[in-house]
Amino acid sequence: MSTNDKAEPSRRDILYVATGAAAAVATGAAVWPLIAQMNPDASTLALASTEVDIAAVPEGQIVTVKWRGKPVFIRHRTQKEIEREQATPLTDLPDPEPDSKRVKKPEWLVVVGVCTHLGCIPTGHEGEFDGWFCPCHGSTYDVSGRIRSGPAPTNLEVPDYAFLSDTKIKIG
Amino acid sequence: MSGPSKYTPKSAFARWLERRLPILSFMYDSFVAYPTPKNLNYLWTFGMILSFMLVAQIATGVVLAMHYTPEATLAFASVENIMRDVNWGTVLRYAHANGASMFFLAAYIHIFRGMYYGSYKEPRELLWILGVVIFLAMMATGFLGYVLPWGQMSFWAATVITNLFSAIPYVGTAVREWLIGGYSVDNPTLNRFFALHYLLPFVIAAIIGLHVWALHVTGQNNPAGVEVKDEAKDTVPFTPYATMKDAFGLGAFLVLYAWMTFFVPNYLGHPDNYIEANPLVTPPHIVPEWYFLPFYAILRAIPNKLLGVIALFLSIAIAAMLPWLDRSKVKSGSHRPLFRKFYWVFVAVCVGLGYLGAQPAEGVYLWSARILAFYYFLHYVIVLPFLAKYEKTEPVPDSIADAVAAKGGASHA
Repeated sequence: MSTNDKAEPSRRDILYVATGAAAAVATGAAVWPLIAQMNPDASTLALASTEVDIAAVPEGQIVTVKWRGKPVFIRHRTQKEIEREQATPLTDLPDPEPDSKRVKKPEWLVVVGVCTHLGCIPTGHEGEFDGWFCPCHGSTYDVSGRIRSGPAPTNLEVPDYAFLSDTKIKIG
Repeated sequence: MSGPSKYTPKSAFARWLERRLPILSFMYDSFVAYPTPKNLNYLWTFGMILSFMLVAQIATGVVLAMHYTPEATLAFASVENIMRDVNWGTVLRYAHANGASMFFLAAYIHIFRGMYYGSYKEPRELLWILGVVIFLAMMATGFLGYVLPWGQMSFWAATVITNLFSAIPYVGTAVREWLIGGYSVDNPTLNRFFALHYLLPFVIAAIIGLHVWALHVTGQNNPAGVEVKDEAKDTVPFTPYATMKDAFGLGAFLVLYAWMTFFVPNYLGHPDNYIEANPLVTPPHIVPEWYFLPFYAILRAIPNKLLGVIALFLSIAIAAMLPWLDRSKVKSGSHRPLFRKFYWVFVAVCVGLGYLGAQPAEGVYLWSARILAFYYFLHYVIVLPFLAKYEKTEPVPDSIADAVAAKGGASHA
């Protein structure tokens, strides 16, 4: 070996590297299922959507429905609330988003009821902005589900949803 | 420990075994003849107490697992079944739940003892880091176990703690869904938490093996903070001296453990955990178990999610850096007048953070937590390096034997 250090790689060198590479790939392939099994399984993924009848929700009220194991708040907003949210200047918001971008119909707000801080469930009609207040670490949201104060980094998530009719929505 | 074994096999069987697997001489050299500094005080009995607590937790845990069902619709009822129907179930469960608290109590005393006497200093850096790793594994195990009864506090603890990972930029949500096996904490989460809660104690046992191995290579630190120079003058054999002292310390500790278990078994628990998990209602006031409170206070003190999570992890990881933050040549706090004062301030800050972690995160509580959390880090990165450089230390005894003599050996000599 010492006599031809700069020689072309030998057959043995190539076999050596190829064996190592094959062993690395095989180890990766063996470990992958052990890691990937922890991801959400098919039955969890299958619970993707829920239909909700919203005809019975009176103005000013919030109903909570379960979607993917999480609560979704459906809030029938009053005219006063709608006007206030639409008039909120974006500069007052830690995560600026106009109200119009967060609703499909102004009287209906649909948001995932999970605080974006650490996942607690905020309580409705509470807090300084009369939207939601999270009891865990004190985040407050307005009636558009936007974060106004506290440690939560972003607004309450708006899930994918569609109005199937005037009184029925499909979430997910 | 080095040099030839001090063990001589006395029976024919012992000689037969020694030639094939020298386990008897290993045990003898590690736990009988092993030289221990003769000035060790009762704070040095907590290593043994911790080993006992691990065994106690594994023993009670294994039998509880024979009656527990890790399934979301059955878990809560199976725990109630343990409490009402299983023979001795109430005692076993209370012993396990309070055992976790006693385990952490002993660990905190052990850690703060190491901090006071400089047990992390050269040549014990790796010994100390292994200890920090054990503490992290204990925290993970304690958290996983707390989720298993599937009460309201269990469920929301699982939700809040796994959400810490969602703070990681870009991949946070994917990481969290991978950890809990769904979009929210549910049956897959409970199932895997049970599997991991059963696994981790054995991992801890293995790391404790390394911890004790490293300890027996460097030898124990001691209250004087000077190394053993003359084995004959400075040390006494582990058995009977340390064995007896450890046994007495353990006995005293067990009095407290038994009192907690039999007289106030729910004192450290939360009533909300006797309400079955409900994913649609968060309890009005979420608090972790007492042993996590200081870290929880640090998390909440910072008004930014990602930075709060980073501070939480850093507050534990920074302890592993102690050997390089405190470079004072003098090990023991007994010979460091200024360090001693700051040490007690630091202990008070940790206790204060613990108190604030249990209070609502608002107003004066929030501001106090911010100040204390700031000081917590200040102690590590400013106070300790500064003291190491400028503190005028008191004279250090020449040897352990001298330290013992100076302490009143005259009257007993």
